[in-house]
Amino acid sequence: MTDLPDATAKKLGLVIDLDTCVGCHACVISCKEWNTANYGAPLADVDAYGAAPVGSFLNRIHSFEATPEGRGPDAPAAVVHFPKSCLHCEDAPCVTVCPTGASYKRVEDGIVLVNESDCIGCGLCAWACPYGAREMDGVEKVMKKCTLCVDRIYNEHIPEEDRVPACVRTCPAGARHFGDLGDPESQVSRLVAERGGFDLMPEQGTKPVNKYLPPRPKADLAPPPEAGEIDVLGPLLAPVAEEPRGFLGWLDRALEKL
Amino acid sequence: MHPAPSLIFFTALSGLGFGLLAWLGLGYPGVTSWTAFAFFALGYGLAGAGLLASTFHLGHPERALKAFTQWRSSWLSREAVLSVAALVVLAPYALWLWLFETRLAALGVAGAVLAAATVFSTSMIYAQLRTVPRWHHWTTPALFLLYAAAGGALLAAQIVAAALLFVALAGVQILHWQTGDRRFRQSGSTPETATGLGRIGRVRLLEPPHTGTNYLLREMVHQVGRRHAQRLRMIALVAGGLAPALLLIALPAGHAGAALAVLVHLVGLFAARWLFFAEAEHVVGLYYGRR
Repeated sequence: MTDLPDATAKKLGLVIDLDTCVGCHACVISCKEWNTANYGAPLADVDAYGAAPVGSFLNRIHSFEATPEGRGPDAPAAVVHFPKSCLHCEDAPCVTVCPTGASYKRVEDGIVLVNESDCIGCGLCAWACPYGAREMDGVEKVMKKCTLCVDRIYNEHIPEEDRVPACVRTCPAGARHFGDLGDPESQVSRLVAERGGFDLMPEQGTKPVNKYLPPRPKADLAPPPEAGEIDVLGPLLAPVAEEPRGFLGWLDRALEKL
Repeated sequence: MHPAPSLIFFTALSGLGFGLLAWLGLGYPGVTSWTAFAFFALGYGLAGAGLLASTFHLGHPERALKAFTQWRSSWLSREAVLSVAALVVLAPYALWLWLFETRLAALGVAGAVLAAATVFSTSMIYAQLRTVPRWHHWTTPALFLLYAAAGGALLAAQIVAAALLFVALAGVQILHWQTGDRRFRQSGSTPETATGLGRIGRVRLLEPPHTGTNYLLREMVHQVGRRHAQRLRMIALVAGGLAPALLLIALPAGHAGAALAVLVHLVGLFAARWLFFAEAEHVVGLYYGRR
């Protein structure tokens, strides 16, 4: 049954540091590579060399800018690279909507997985996910999602330092951390506590396991607006019109016509 | 959301079919013999065609039987189970009316309840989704049930009931649109909550994650022109509810008038169902600078 487990022994997940992510997309590529070559159906690209290529990915990097309020639309913005993948929610709506039981949340570690041989490709789980973490594979027609590299983290055939998700192993900035968020003493839980880690869209009630660490505030570069000060030189130093006017304007237009 | 033809046909036709079957199960109209056969053939035909259309939406229709297993948690699974249960329970009822001119009333009522429950679970597939605020509201099941009841009454030649239900349908349809237009804002999901960067300030997508499109954008981020939507709403409202009601009242009872009312209603029903999907905004659009 695709009921959610009441509790999971562990809450394995990622902590993503928005302060250090440089937006290089290396995690996207290594994720695609590992999950194409290993567990489950390969992540297909359709029309890969054509005019409109479309591919399935389990991890995507968006870039946002955040502009402080009350400083006008031209105030300097903070640019934040924003990796997004499955958050392995405790209250995963994608699991309970599944009509076949293909979607499930593991009792032992809380990882949300898809049993691809049971998936009928109806797409309802992708509709139920607020984060866009699930994508239907264009070739295999089954739902693909982050497995937290379940075939790496317990894999005794690979060196111990590789037993983390591919995205974490590859991140050159050290912006991705993997661990048990159910254990308050784990390194990831301490990071979340120290840095004020937060949930995405808490109002959706999904209780994500993955946490995001906020970017540190930037030094304020915009001059504070000064009110009531008389500026004598200001009008003299104001920039001249960018478009030539008067005689110069006429000359400009006349030359333009030649 | 992408208005997939398979889903529009599935919800529209199965709604009409189960609506008609519910009326027949309750004994309206009290037909027997070959007339009963014709009515049930239409009901089973519409419901079956709708269910068949839904399999075209599946990536692996050959595994569709697995969808009957998760009725405890999934509305989609419940819909599958209930639809088959309704069709199975009404089969002997229809058979006895047709061959023995006997009405097995208890079976009919049970079938009618199951047919209504089927339509309700179809609507809950959409209404349960918190990610689509426009659907996540009681007007969604009310709308689906009224479409089925009114359309079914029309097909079952229940003129007075149909006219009244069409008027009610138009009212709920307007309510669904009016409240639906505000519900995304009321849901509280914004680019700021989606990224958690509201702590810094106003959030705007600077660069999308990929150059082309992807499954998420094709499936869940669909934008309808405002004027286009207004025109379609007018068609859906007039053709779907008001015009059939007027036709039923104004025209003399008979096959020709009823057929005209059915055709007009179908036009409105399909327009309304297209809008139901096309106008529904998914919160994932917030990650793409769109709604």
